[in-house]
Amino acid sequence: MVYSLPEEVLEHVFSFITSDKDRNVVSVVCKSWYEIERWCRRKVFIGNCYAVSPAIMIRRFPEVRSVELKGKPHFADFNLVPEGWGGYACSWIDEMSRSYPWLEEIRLKRMVITDESLELISTSFKNFRVLVLSSCEGFSTDGLSAIAANCRNLRELDLQESEVMDLSGHWLSHFPDTFTSLESLNMSCLGSEVSFSALERLVAMSPNLKTLRLNRAVPLGKLSTLLQQAPQLVELGTGAYSSGIRSDVYSALSKAFLGCKELKGLSGFWDVDPSYLPAFFSVCSRLTTLNLSYATIRSPDITKVINLCPNLQRLLVLDHIEDSGLNALALSCKNLQELRVFPSDMYVADANVTLTEQGLVSVTQGCPKLQSVLYFCHQMSNSALITIAKNRPNLTCFRLCIIEPRTPDYLTHEPLDIGFGAIVKHCKNLSRLSLSGLLTDRVFEYIGTHAKKLDMLSIAFAGDSDLGLHHVLSGCESLKKLEIRDCPFGDTALLANVAKLATMRSLWMSSCAVSIGACKILSRKMPMLNVEVIDENGTLNPKLDNCLVEKLYVYRTVAGPRSDMPGYIWTMDRDSANKI
Amino acid sequence: MDQKRSTLNLFDNIDLATELRLGLPGTDDQPEIKISISGNKRSSSEIGSSTCKDEEESSFSPPAKEQVVGWPPVRSYRKNILQVKKTELETGSGMYVKVSMDGAPYLRKLDLKMYKSYEELMKGLQEMFKCIIGLYSEREGYNGSQHALTYEDKDGDWMLVGDVPWEMFISSCKRLRIMKSCEARGLGDFL
Repeated sequence: MVYSLPEEVLEHVFSFITSDKDRNVVSVVCKSWYEIERWCRRKVFIGNCYAVSPAIMIRRFPEVRSVELKGKPHFADFNLVPEGWGGYACSWIDEMSRSYPWLEEIRLKRMVITDESLELISTSFKNFRVLVLSSCEGFSTDGLSAIAANCRNLRELDLQESEVMDLSGHWLSHFPDTFTSLESLNMSCLGSEVSFSALERLVAMSPNLKTLRLNRAVPLGKLSTLLQQAPQLVELGTGAYSSGIRSDVYSALSKAFLGCKELKGLSGFWDVDPSYLPAFFSVCSRLTTLNLSYATIRSPDITKVINLCPNLQRLLVLDHIEDSGLNALALSCKNLQELRVFPSDMYVADANVTLTEQGLVSVTQGCPKLQSVLYFCHQMSNSALITIAKNRPNLTCFRLCIIEPRTPDYLTHEPLDIGFGAIVKHCKNLSRLSLSGLLTDRVFEYIGTHAKKLDMLSIAFAGDSDLGLHHVLSGCESLKKLEIRDCPFGDTALLANVAKLATMRSLWMSSCAVSIGACKILSRKMPMLNVEVIDENGTLNPKLDNCLVEKLYVYRTVAGPRSDMPGYIWTMDRDSANKI
Repeated sequence: MDQKRSTLNLFDNIDLATELRLGLPGTDDQPEIKISISGNKRSSSEIGSSTCKDEEESSFSPPAKEQVVGWPPVRSYRKNILQVKKTELETGSGMYVKVSMDGAPYLRKLDLKMYKSYEELMKGLQEMFKCIIGLYSEREGYNGSQHALTYEDKDGDWMLVGDVPWEMFISSCKRLRIMKSCEARGLGDFL
């Protein structure tokens, strides 16, 4: 009988189960499995740092080695979440420093972390190896100095897109002479110059360095020096990619790239001078990832590069690629899995850039393995969307942003309901979807009916009535994250689906039609949810139930209301100053 | 109207703690769903205050052509980098600088924004003046050729063209001068 297997055997079996979801399932089989599992869980992922408290996590999982936390809602990326909202890492770091002496990895996303916390990390965990701060803020290069100076076994330091107060470029010099364990360094978000000699020294003493992402301030002339020291690099992010007319720089760079036989990923490319592009052509045939999304080079130059990269799996690029470049991509890159096309002009279509829906259609036609799409454009049609859906039923992530809100099908002037309807109907494994363009409640009916595997949905400037929201909440069985802005969705749909909200990670609604009264009802009916009303403008009158709320963030939690809410957040539990 | 009727029927069986209506207090049984939604944050709070005060019918209006907060959904990090580039290159309708060539009777004017690199600039100049500007080398400047290309920068200094990255060059170049190589030797000697 299974339940008479000794603990050690079960523990051994469980050690092969690494995915969080599977681990969670294992833990609910029976009481003894729950106990065994919790003692041997080494990795914890917490998608919303306010869903649970550090104490609860530590009590349940005493032997954790790796923690990943996410803080602010996704829409914080687009400045929709006001300053001071929260997502503080402090209490987590404090408690873990006391209870997890053997912690090795910390990964934070959209959180606020201070230099003090960084210093605490550097001195509390003797075996600390991995620090990833993705889209974080609140710290400076002083905090990085502490990490460099004290983390003797550091393998990975990744500051991806974080906002760092750049006090000094000398933090790199704090790595001691005996430090040889570095495998991955991403400092691309840093604004100012780092000490180049310190960088050179670090690279020279890191034989296991596989990933190096430089910041814009590292001049192109220095790149070849670094590459010569680290020909084993697998991922490289360049600094600024131009240097005047310097044939010596060009030839040194070209030679250095020739020596990089393991290079699979390239990024960086700020300030590109197209005459320097051929310097890296020798590595193109091995490239699987290419990020040119900061390079304002034109389509012919981009096309030249793409034609040399038959093994490309992931491409990030600006709309300068145009339809012609995307056609080339469709022909050359049969292994393409992910495409992201960003806008070069945020508001008006640049007359010189011919990127239309045709480019995307080509790629979905030519690239059989394409799974993930992020596409910014100015026009779309239902027929194109239907073609895309039929071409690529294996899409798992489809994020389309037609830049002008509520843009209809440019051919028929109809809403894009049937186009997106085709996407959810054909792409049965779609887990992430972002909508745009002119959309009525119909599209949500399609989504509710077909998008059964949808995990995350982003909606903006869409729908006609509560029926739209109701379709989504009642139909999308797998939905975990829903973020909505500027839609006429309100109380009726929300209150008709309260139970659904407890099965989701979070719901964000801003500039919609939700009233204070509904928030009160929701709070009362669902004690396991935190219902947070954001009133930045200070116009909220909690006594008037019909008052519409500016922004609403609802999430499930076992930790109760949070204690670090700023003054502009109102909940049912707060004192009278902020009570709804 | 029919659509709204069916909306109401859908929710008929749902027990609401209070009689929640989408309309305003005092309206009749068929509440009209008319909400002014625009991307402008200011308007949203106007909705809030107007709905609280009295019946104000605001009809659906498309967003103004001004910048909507957080739209398009591009991270500020990315937006800043590209916007800076744009404003650098788009001050006014062109980046015209005077170009003189030693020995030529009159000056010309040239739009630096027409070019994306030094190569293109050289080609353009050589066509315009029917001359040959020598090959630049970092060590020797334009030595060994008939003409050398120099420019006056923001500080009023005369500099050899080609030392700095292109973007930096066009943002500091005030005028160009094609010098005779023998005269330009003075510039190169400092290197």
